[in-house]
Amino acid sequence: MSFDFDLDRVAHLARILVTPEEKQTIVPRLENIMQMIDQLQEVDTTDIVPMASPLDQYQRLRADQITETDHHERYQALAPKVAFDLYLVPQVIE
Amino acid sequence: MEWEAVIGLEVHTQLSTRSKIFSGASTAYGATPNSQACMVDLAFPGVLPVLNYAVVEMALKFGIAAQAEINRISAFDRKQYFYPDLPKGYQISQFHTPIVGKGYLDIELPSGTIKRVGITRAHLEEDAGKSLHDVIPHMSGIDLNRASTPLLEIVSEPDMRSAEEAVTYLKTLHALVTYLGICDGNMQEGSFRCDANVSVRPKGSTTFGTRSEIKNVNSFRYVEKAIQYEIQRHIEILEQGGVILQETRLYDDASNTTRSMRSKEAANDYRYFTDPDLLPVFISDEMLAQAHAAMPELPWEKLNRFQESYGLSAYDAKILTANRTLAAYFEEVVRLAQAPAKLVANWVTVELAAALNKANLSIEQCPVSAEQLAGLIARIHDETISGKIAKTVFEALWQGAGSADQIIEQKGLRQMTDTNALAAVIDQILAENPEQLLAYRSGKDKLFGFFVGQVMKATQGQANPKQLNDLLLKKLND
Amino acid sequence: MIYKNTLAALSRGLAEKKFSSEELTHYYLARIATLDTELNSMITVTAEQALVEAKLADQRRAQGKAGALTGIPIAHKDIFCTNQVRTSCGSKMLDNFVAPYDATIVTRLKDAGMVMLGKTNMDEFAMGSSNETSFYGPCKNPWNLNCVPGGSSGGSSAAVAARLVPMATATDTGGSIRQPAALCGISGLKPTYGRVSRFGMIAFASSMDQGGIMATSAEDIALVLNEMAGFDEKDSTSVDIPVPDYTAELNQSLQGLRIGLPEQYFRDLEPSMAAVMDTTIQELKKLGATIHTVQLPNVNLSVPVYYVLAPAECSANLSRFDGVRYGYRCDHPKDLLDLYQRTRAEAFGAEVKRRILIGTYVLSAGHYDAYYIQAQRARRLIANDFAKVFSEVDVILSPTSPNVAFKFGEKAQDPVSMYLSDIYTIAANLAGLPGISIPAGFLHNLPVGLQLVGQHFAESRLLNIAHQFQQVTDWHNAMPKMATTVD
Repeated sequence: MSFDFDLDRVAHLARILVTPEEKQTIVPRLENIMQMIDQLQEVDTTDIVPMASPLDQYQRLRADQITETDHHERYQALAPKVAFDLYLVPQVIE
Repeated sequence: MEWEAVIGLEVHTQLSTRSKIFSGASTAYGATPNSQACMVDLAFPGVLPVLNYAVVEMALKFGIAAQAEINRISAFDRKQYFYPDLPKGYQISQFHTPIVGKGYLDIELPSGTIKRVGITRAHLEEDAGKSLHDVIPHMSGIDLNRASTPLLEIVSEPDMRSAEEAVTYLKTLHALVTYLGICDGNMQEGSFRCDANVSVRPKGSTTFGTRSEIKNVNSFRYVEKAIQYEIQRHIEILEQGGVILQETRLYDDASNTTRSMRSKEAANDYRYFTDPDLLPVFISDEMLAQAHAAMPELPWEKLNRFQESYGLSAYDAKILTANRTLAAYFEEVVRLAQAPAKLVANWVTVELAAALNKANLSIEQCPVSAEQLAGLIARIHDETISGKIAKTVFEALWQGAGSADQIIEQKGLRQMTDTNALAAVIDQILAENPEQLLAYRSGKDKLFGFFVGQVMKATQGQANPKQLNDLLLKKLND
Repeated sequence: MIYKNTLAALSRGLAEKKFSSEELTHYYLARIATLDTELNSMITVTAEQALVEAKLADQRRAQGKAGALTGIPIAHKDIFCTNQVRTSCGSKMLDNFVAPYDATIVTRLKDAGMVMLGKTNMDEFAMGSSNETSFYGPCKNPWNLNCVPGGSSGGSSAAVAARLVPMATATDTGGSIRQPAALCGISGLKPTYGRVSRFGMIAFASSMDQGGIMATSAEDIALVLNEMAGFDEKDSTSVDIPVPDYTAELNQSLQGLRIGLPEQYFRDLEPSMAAVMDTTIQELKKLGATIHTVQLPNVNLSVPVYYVLAPAECSANLSRFDGVRYGYRCDHPKDLLDLYQRTRAEAFGAEVKRRILIGTYVLSAGHYDAYYIQAQRARRLIANDFAKVFSEVDVILSPTSPNVAFKFGEKAQDPVSMYLSDIYTIAANLAGLPGISIPAGFLHNLPVGLQLVGQHFAESRLLNIAHQFQQVTDWHNAMPKMATTVD
C-alpha cells in the first residue's frame, strides 16, 4: 500500500529541519512505520470508548496557595541567552 | 442592498486566583520579569501540571450566572504550536469538552430593549507569557510571569448585529465577571481581552458570510470603533464584488482602521489531543452546591432589589448598581444613617458623584467613608442641619475634618430648633421691613421669598426652613 | 567478593558492620572505573558527591538511625532529574543540562539513605530497545560485548548485570525495564501506572511511562519499591493508595496460584525459546501453581497501537526542547524559525526525529480520528482483554522478549524490526499493569527472561512469585564473566 507522507508539512509543524538528502532516507522509513500502523484500520472499534489513560480516576484539585518563590537566577543560569532577566530569541515580528 | 452585520465575541478573562492554574507560582501583576515563573511554568524537563481548585469554582460561578449547562466531566487538551511565549510548545486548554456549555446573557440596549445573547461555551486554559520587542537589537525578550495564569475563555453566539450591541454585551459581561469576583476586569492590565468575529450578509439571509477576526482590543471604545470600521470594510469590499479573506486583523486607533496580521502559520493545525498529564475534571454535586452558595447577588438581581426594597427609580438604581463597590457603599450608608433611601441616593448620585468626578477618583478611592456620609445624612434627616448647610459639612468631610457631628459642633452649624428664638427673629425682620410687609399683605406674594432670605441671613442659614416657612406664613397672615 | 552480594545481603552486611558505606562506595566506584570504560553503562559518575553521601550514611548508622537502604549505592537512569548533576536523557539536546531539582523518586531514595554513584546510559529520550541511539555511544551487554544490553534502560541493566552497582532505577514505557533486564540476566520491575511518581522523570509517553527498579533479585526490588512507591501531589497521575510492605508476602506459598499463558504469545514461539519457557513452567508447577491457556484476542494490536500513541504523546512532550530556556541551542540562528528547526534538527537523533514526525502526523488534521482515536479505542480493547483474563487467572506469564541480546547494528537499520522486540512487553504499558522480568535460563550463552504481568497494584504478588522462583532456581545468581574479572 503506498503511503503519502507530506514530510515538508509535518516537519514544519514539528519545527525540525530536514534536508533534501535526509528526506531520501527518512521518508521510506516513515512509510514503513506507517504501513505497520495501518493494521489498525482493519479493526472494528464501533462503540468502543477511546482510552486516554489507564487510570480510572478524576483530576485531583490543589488549594489556591502560592507555593513557589523567585528562583529566576538559578533557572536562568541554565539558559542559552538571557539579558535583563528576559529569555532572548531572534526578534519576533508580529 | 441592505446589509446585516453578524458579530460574535470571544473574551479571555483572567481569573483572579492567587496562584496559577497549573502551578503554585503567584499571579500578581507587575512583578519583575520571570520572578513569578516557576519550573512548571518554564516547562523544565520532568515537571507536571496540577489543577487549581479555585479556577474550577470560578468557572462554575460563571456557568451558574449564565444559566449555562455545566459539563460534569470535562477534560484538558493540548493545543500545539511553537511560539517563544509558550514554553511547552503547547497550551493546555479545553477543546473537546469545555467545563461550561450553552448559556445566555440578557443585555439592556441603550434604547431600553432587552436582547438575549447566547453563550456557546466557556472553557479553562492557561495564559502564555509576554514578548518584549527590541530589548536588544534584533532580539525579543520573553517574560514568562504570565505563563500559566488561569483564563476563562467565554465564547458568544454570533448574535450581535451592531457595534453598539457588541459593546453592550461586553459591558454587561464585564460587570458580571467583576461582580462574581472571578475577574478584576482591568483591561489595561490585560485581565479582560476581547476578540471580535465580524461578518456581513444581505439582510434576511440565513447563511453566514466569511468572517474576519479582530484581535486583542483592550477598551470598550476601541472595540466599538474597530467593529464599526470592520463592518464598513466588509460592506465596501462585497459591494465592489470582492471577496472577504478569512484572516486575523489588528485595530489601529491612530488611523481608525484594522490591518491584516502577518500570519504566524499558513494553516494553524493545533493537533488537539487530551493532555495525558491531567485527568478528567469531575464536578460533584457538592462542588456545584458550594459554587451556588458562594454566588454573590448578580448585577440584575441587585438592580431589581434596589428598585423594590428601596423604592428607587430605575434610573437611580442603575447608577448605584453599575459598580459593586458603589452599591455596597450606598447600602451601608442607608443602614447606618437610618434615613430614607431616596435621600441617600440623591446624595450619593449627585453630591458624592460630582466630588469624585472633580477629583478624578473612583468610589474605591473615596475619602469619605460610608460611616461618615451616613453621619451627615442622619443629621439632615433629624433636621439638625438643613440640606444647604449639609453641603458645607460635606466639603469639610471631604477634606478630612472629622465626623459630621464634630464639624457641626466646631463650626456651630446647628439649625435653630428654638421656635421662640426664631419667632423673635421673624418679628424683628418684619418690623425692620414695613414696606415689604405692607406690600405682601396687599397681595405681593412673591415677597415671601424676600422675608425667607432675610431671616436666613439673620440666622446665618441655620433656621430650619420648614419651621421658618410655617412660622413666617402664620405671622404674615395674622 | 562484595559484588556477589544482593542488595539485601549488603544491607545486612552494613547492619552487621562487616563494611561501611564509605568502603562500599569506594569499592563500586573502583569497579566502575575499571570495567565501565569497556561497558559504557554510565554517562555521569558522581564520585565526590557519592563519598559525601556515604559518609553521612555511616554517621546516621552510628547514631542508630539507619534503615534497610541506608548507605547502599545506587545509580539513576539519566532520565531522572538530579539536582546540580547533569541530566542528559541520553541526548545532545540536554548534554549541558544540569538539573535544578531532584525528581521525587530521587529525593525519596536519597532520604532513605541511598548513595548515588552516577547516571546511567539510555536510548535517547527513552526511545529504543538497544541503547544504540544514545548520544553517549552504545552500552555493551556484559554477557557478550558484541551485543546490545537492550533498551531504553540499557545502562542501568548493564551496570547491575556487571555488578557495578547493586541496583539502578529505570523507566519503562513499552518494555524499557523488562526487555533489558531479560537481555542482561537480571530482575526488573515496571510498577502499575500511577504507583511511582513521574515528577522529575523526563516525559516520553505520559500515559505509559512508569519509573521502576533493576536489581539482581526480587527481594532487592521489594526493598527499594517500599521507598520509591507512593502518592505524590506534584503528579496528577499519581494514585493515592497506601504503600504496603512489599517484602511481607515474599515468602507466601504459590499453592493454588493460577498462571495464564496467552495463546497469542505462545503459538509461534521459536522452539528453543519454548523449551526454556517449558522448564520454568515446570518449576512453577512444582511450587504449586496451575497453568491455564488464556486468550488475549486483540494483543497483536499492541505494537501498532503503541507506535501511534507513544509518538503522538512524545511529539508534544518534546516540543519544549527549543533552545530558549535550557539545553542545546544552534549557533547564530538567523530568525526564530531557524532557531527552532535547526536546534531540534542538530540535537535530536534519528529515532527521536522519526517518532516526533510520526506523532505529529497521526495527530494532524485529517488523520487524528483514523489513527490517534482509533488507536485509543484499540487500546481499550487490549485493556479489556486483560481485565477479562484476570477474572480467570492471577497472573500472566510469557517470555519477556522474542529474542536474546542481538548484535550491534543488527536491527538498527530497520525500525519496525526493532519495535517488534517489545511485542510481549508493550501491552502492560497500554493497560497500566505491573510487569516483572526475571532470569529464566540461557540460549546461545545469552540470558533469557521470563515475564509476569499482574493486576493493577499487584506488585506484592509478582514479587512473591519471582522470589519463590528464585529460591528454587539459580539463574539470577549467574554473572557475566567480565564482572568476575575484577573484585
